[in-house]
Amino acid sequence: MRFTLNGRTVDVRAHPMKRLLDVLREDCHLTGTKEGCGEGECGACTVLVDGEAVNACLVPFAQVRGARVTTIEGLRGRRRLQEAFVEHGGAQCGICTPGMIVAAAALGRRPNLDDIKTGLAGNLCRCTGYSGIYRAIEAAAVPLRPARRRGARGKRR
Amino acid sequence: MKGARKAHATRATAVVGHPVRRKDGLDKVTGAARYIDDLVLPGLLYGTTIRSTISRGEIASVHLDFDTTGFTIVSARDIPGKNVVSLIEADQPSLADGRVEHVGEAILLLAHADKERLLDVRVSIDYRPAAPVVEPELSPTTFKEITIAKGDLGRGFAEADLVVEGEYRTGHQEHLYIETNGVLAVPGDGGITVHGSLQCPYYVHRALCELLSLPERKVRVIQTETGGGFGGKEDYPSVLAGHAALLALKSGRPVKMVYDRAEDMLATTKRHPAIVRHRTGVTRDGHLTAIDIEVLLDGGAYVTLSPVVLSRGLLHATGPYRCDHVRVHGRVVKTNTPPNGAFRGFGAPQTQFAAEVHMDRIGEQLGLDPIQVRERNALRPGDTMATGQRIEANGGALRVLREAARRTRFRQRRRALRGTDRGLGVALFFHGAGFTGSGEVKLRSKATLELTRRGVRVGVTATEIGQGARTVLAQIVATALGIPYEHVEMPPADTSLAPDSGPTVASRTTMIVGRLLELAARDLKRRLRGRTPAESWRAHGPISVTKEYTPPPGLTWDEEQYVGDAYGTWAWACDVAEVELDRDTGIVRPLRITSVADIGRVIHPVMARGQMEGGTAQAVGYALTEEVVMRDGRMANAQLTNYLIPTTADTPEIDVVFVERPYRNGAFGAKGVGELPMDGGAPAIVNALRSLGADVRAVPATPERVLDALSKG
Ligand code: FES
Ligand code: FES
Repeated sequence: MRFTLNGRTVDVRAHPMKRLLDVLREDCHLTGTKEGCGEGECGACTVLVDGEAVNACLVPFAQVRGARVTTIEGLRGRRRLQEAFVEHGGAQCGICTPGMIVAAAALGRRPNLDDIKTGLAGNLCRCTGYSGIYRAIEAAAVPLRPARRRGARGKRR
Repeated sequence: MKGARKAHATRATAVVGHPVRRKDGLDKVTGAARYIDDLVLPGLLYGTTIRSTISRGEIASVHLDFDTTGFTIVSARDIPGKNVVSLIEADQPSLADGRVEHVGEAILLLAHADKERLLDVRVSIDYRPAAPVVEPELSPTTFKEITIAKGDLGRGFAEADLVVEGEYRTGHQEHLYIETNGVLAVPGDGGITVHGSLQCPYYVHRALCELLSLPERKVRVIQTETGGGFGGKEDYPSVLAGHAALLALKSGRPVKMVYDRAEDMLATTKRHPAIVRHRTGVTRDGHLTAIDIEVLLDGGAYVTLSPVVLSRGLLHATGPYRCDHVRVHGRVVKTNTPPNGAFRGFGAPQTQFAAEVHMDRIGEQLGLDPIQVRERNALRPGDTMATGQRIEANGGALRVLREAARRTRFRQRRRALRGTDRGLGVALFFHGAGFTGSGEVKLRSKATLELTRRGVRVGVTATEIGQGARTVLAQIVATALGIPYEHVEMPPADTSLAPDSGPTVASRTTMIVGRLLELAARDLKRRLRGRTPAESWRAHGPISVTKEYTPPPGLTWDEEQYVGDAYGTWAWACDVAEVELDRDTGIVRPLRITSVADIGRVIHPVMARGQMEGGTAQAVGYALTEEVVMRDGRMANAQLTNYLIPTTADTPEIDVVFVERPYRNGAFGAKGVGELPMDGGAPAIVNALRSLGADVRAVPATPERVLDALSKG
């Protein structure tokens, strides 16, 4: 079956009812996507399907035919977000982190705290109490050179 | 002394105290970090466990009702060594042999190369069931009993104007690390190598030697990246590693066993439930004259670490208060549930929940506010605890209490909230860092530093479980040695490469193992005689330095009498919680928790804060939502849909403040932090409910319990 995985078209042979999570980990050897519960409750398996965050443990492989699937390994252009997780204590044991970052990436470039809390409500972290995760996402949302960027945005409007 | 402290201060210009980049950061945020379930090997078999479905009885017969071709099957009869999970007592079998003591007890192990085939496995077991013991109060079997006594209780009560009594209860708690327990066992060379998600490589090592009857050098244990522990990977991995190793040795092939969530919740350890009774004598002006405490812990079916959990629980049972006449007595008993084991806090969250809710009730009866009654009794420098341990000159609970009250404007805020549905509660607490009593002396931990071409390599079996051990220990070494942090290598914990630096538990890693490394680094620095590691390497080749723990001078402990220095030092903290209560539904929303903590010198501010925040969030779950429903010894809600840990939606804002009072025998002045935050959140939240008229005396304070308390109030 053909789909786009991390920007590349791939052809993967697997049972259509196999969980996308297992296809990614076993058939595509992308083990960055984690399993925490297998029942859609923890978000450790979060990937993007056509830009939207989904729990890969609930998605049968057949459902991604022709779709764009993005995993933590293929999250391009979000280096700042990833760096911020390192710097601000967004990752401790790290097992929730790939799912958390992928879910955070789906929040857009400048989410506020409420957006973050709502957007990540399906991603459990047992280590951080979430505070470090919020700090990381907020830090990544702050523009590098606030003054100039603000001006530029003003112009675009 | 003064000079020593000053020296710490100057060395801090290196990386201690600074938020250096965590060593494992990049791998964790890119998905490159390899956890146990990410490993595959050629010829790999997948293992599974057949477990008891009853909580007590004899096994009459076992039938395999499926096509067993290609399966490796292991029962108790296949065990080459002793059928025990070696820990404190030898009471727990690796595989049930003829009888079972709890639901989920392992009876049979199976492995197959095709994971799917494991789904076809059908095993029927006939039992002769016996009546299980599920209520700890009715248990005829005591695993351990301890008494701590000080002064003369009769005199203390005679001096009292008032006696306040109360009973408090806490439930099981599930660790719910997001990565379940898992190991990979690889046979070879007449021995076994086990990779696993675990906290204590040498615990597993010892258990494997006994189970498999192998000499130490034939067993190797390597920690893989570990997705959370919290105590849940302290004792349990010895069970699972044993199972995978048995299958691997019998099949001659590598065997992986990773539990799914339901199995992990059903079969692995939990926090000990507790029933704590207080009887306290107090004068009219609020001074404690007598404290009498009775603790009962539910140990589950086997001893595991229960005696030590009881010990820590009792040593924290008075809370951080002074009193001349004290008796603390406790027992941990057997019930027919899966064994309870280590969980962050290790008995102290249970007993301090009781102490702190009780303290609010004492204040209420005397007309003192929660800060006043605590101020009167908080331990101060020079005071002695129940065991006679004297509080250090820069120790005690008063400082954090005052800082928390000031920062939250406790009194004003409470007044402002009066008549609303918001309440404010406080909890003052402490946590002994390191192993209890003579534990550290018995452990005799070791740590090694080896010179490399450009820096040093650290040889410890302290494990990185998310808390930041890898980073913090490297900071300590870099700073003491005066080399760049990046030049300190932190290899994975591996029993074939590093000495036993003790288990990664008891908030001991930074303080104890860090201190060993600090001393080793100083030694190494002397031997470098002003050369850089690279220069020395070129001139003299490798050098290695090993340090072994020796107790700081002056520490004494009498294990028989429970008298002396229970811990090398104590961390102190005060939580203030603000909550909102829906009086119709009983739902409690925690809004904000301020946590003021003295953990000694802070080595890495971001990680120390992360420990406080994460531990506080776990305490919020313990306080409100995390309820293990046990039915006849079986966890009835073994899934994430109905065992509820805090999400982003129900975790409060957490404000962490450090009061740094350095400990002279800890690495660069550090004490322990990991467990401390687990002790305070639950009583602070429940005391906030008390301020709203809900007399709650048990956690979790579920909506039903809260409504019940409101209707009585
Ligand atoms: S593993 Fe998919 S939501 Fe938990
Ligand atoms: S960092 Fe451990 S679960 Fe989130």
